[in-house]
Amino acid sequence: METQATTAAQSSGAGDEVNAQLLIELVGHLRSNRRSLTEEWVGRVNSEQLLSVMTSEEIFSELTAVYDNYVDALETGSVETLQAYARDLSERIIPRGVETREVVGIVLLLRDVLARSLFVKYERDGQLLNQILDAYEPAANRIAVTVSVSFVEERERVIREQQESIQELSTPVLQVRERLLILPIIGVLDSQRARQLTEQLLHAIRTNRAKVVVVDITGVATIDLTVANHLFHTVEASRLMGASVIVTGLSSKIAQTLVDLDVDLSMIRTVGDLQGGLEEAERVMGYRSAGADSADG
Amino acid sequence: MSVLISRQGDYLIASVVSDLSDSQVVALRAELGERVGDLRATGIIVDVGGLDVIDSFVARSLRSIALTMRLRGAETVVVGIQPEVAIAMVQFDLDLDPIHSALDIDEAFSLLDQWTEGTPEDGR
Repeated sequence: METQATTAAQSSGAGDEVNAQLLIELVGHLRSNRRSLTEEWVGRVNSEQLLSVMTSEEIFSELTAVYDNYVDALETGSVETLQAYARDLSERIIPRGVETREVVGIVLLLRDVLARSLFVKYERDGQLLNQILDAYEPAANRIAVTVSVSFVEERERVIREQQESIQELSTPVLQVRERLLILPIIGVLDSQRARQLTEQLLHAIRTNRAKVVVVDITGVATIDLTVANHLFHTVEASRLMGASVIVTGLSSKIAQTLVDLDVDLSMIRTVGDLQGGLEEAERVMGYRSAGADSADG
Repeated sequence: MSVLISRQGDYLIASVVSDLSDSQVVALRAELGERVGDLRATGIIVDVGGLDVIDSFVARSLRSIALTMRLRGAETVVVGIQPEVAIAMVQFDLDLDPIHSALDIDEAFSLLDQWTEGTPEDGR
């Protein structure tokens, strides 16, 4: 025990050595009471209705693993393994809707449960209890911070990734038939996105040799002067490339806004919905719909 | 010479391969005017695919060429505007009205065919 204490502490300070020795005693205590402490912790997590999205078996096995990692981190003083585990765990539970509040709550509960068990064990010897807590508290707080931060970081990483994929997915240019493209715009159209969208559309016009483009803005909730100008630029630039643009899906609200804003959209050909837009596009391209054919014959 | 002029059927194709100076524009307009008369051409296709920039000067030049050719009995179509050039043009509020633009020479042909024959043909 003596030798272990010195190696673990790796420090010449007498106070540190005492601390390290106490920590070892502490870890021993936590190991030997592993089962009862985990059960108590799980019980409190359940009674506070944390992690309500998981089944009780899942909670039990996850929390047991956290407990072991926690004790290891206390013993070695290194939080790296715990950090990696916390990341991994976060990756699994974030998609299921576990919130930061819950994770922080769980970690703090563990700290409380363990501290309480120390009180019970050393209640006769106040001085030893103080020393044990001196050794325990900084380590426990550090662990709590590490786990919470890992969770938040993981969450931010997920959000960042999603933002990137939204950026990429947000402007699909689809070819419906030879030389006819559809550009469905969904969501908010800001300057950066509008520019990206225009560029993608123009390149698609060139690669697909498009003659007509139907821009569908059914998915755009609101429109303002800036957005209207972007739309106008997109239409103008496409025309310079030799493609005609038909804008469809202007909601009644958007139409009213545009009129109120005095935006001159007379240069833009608009059709009520996507279906009408496609029919119009086919007329422009010189196709005749099957219905018209049979009416003729 | 920064412009190559060739003939294809009833149409003249002027390929602008590098930026135009003031005097070159005037020369181009004069030469096109001559050749439209000589060849009885009904359409002019100006290919600007070689231009990295279309500024207000170039836009005005193209417009003046188109108006001149119209007086000589030929319609003008501009083809080959690069995507980046198109974006820059709308940002600087430049347009080519009343000139029509088309994606490429094929397109310009079918557009001119439509106009000169008065009946819309599909494709070309």
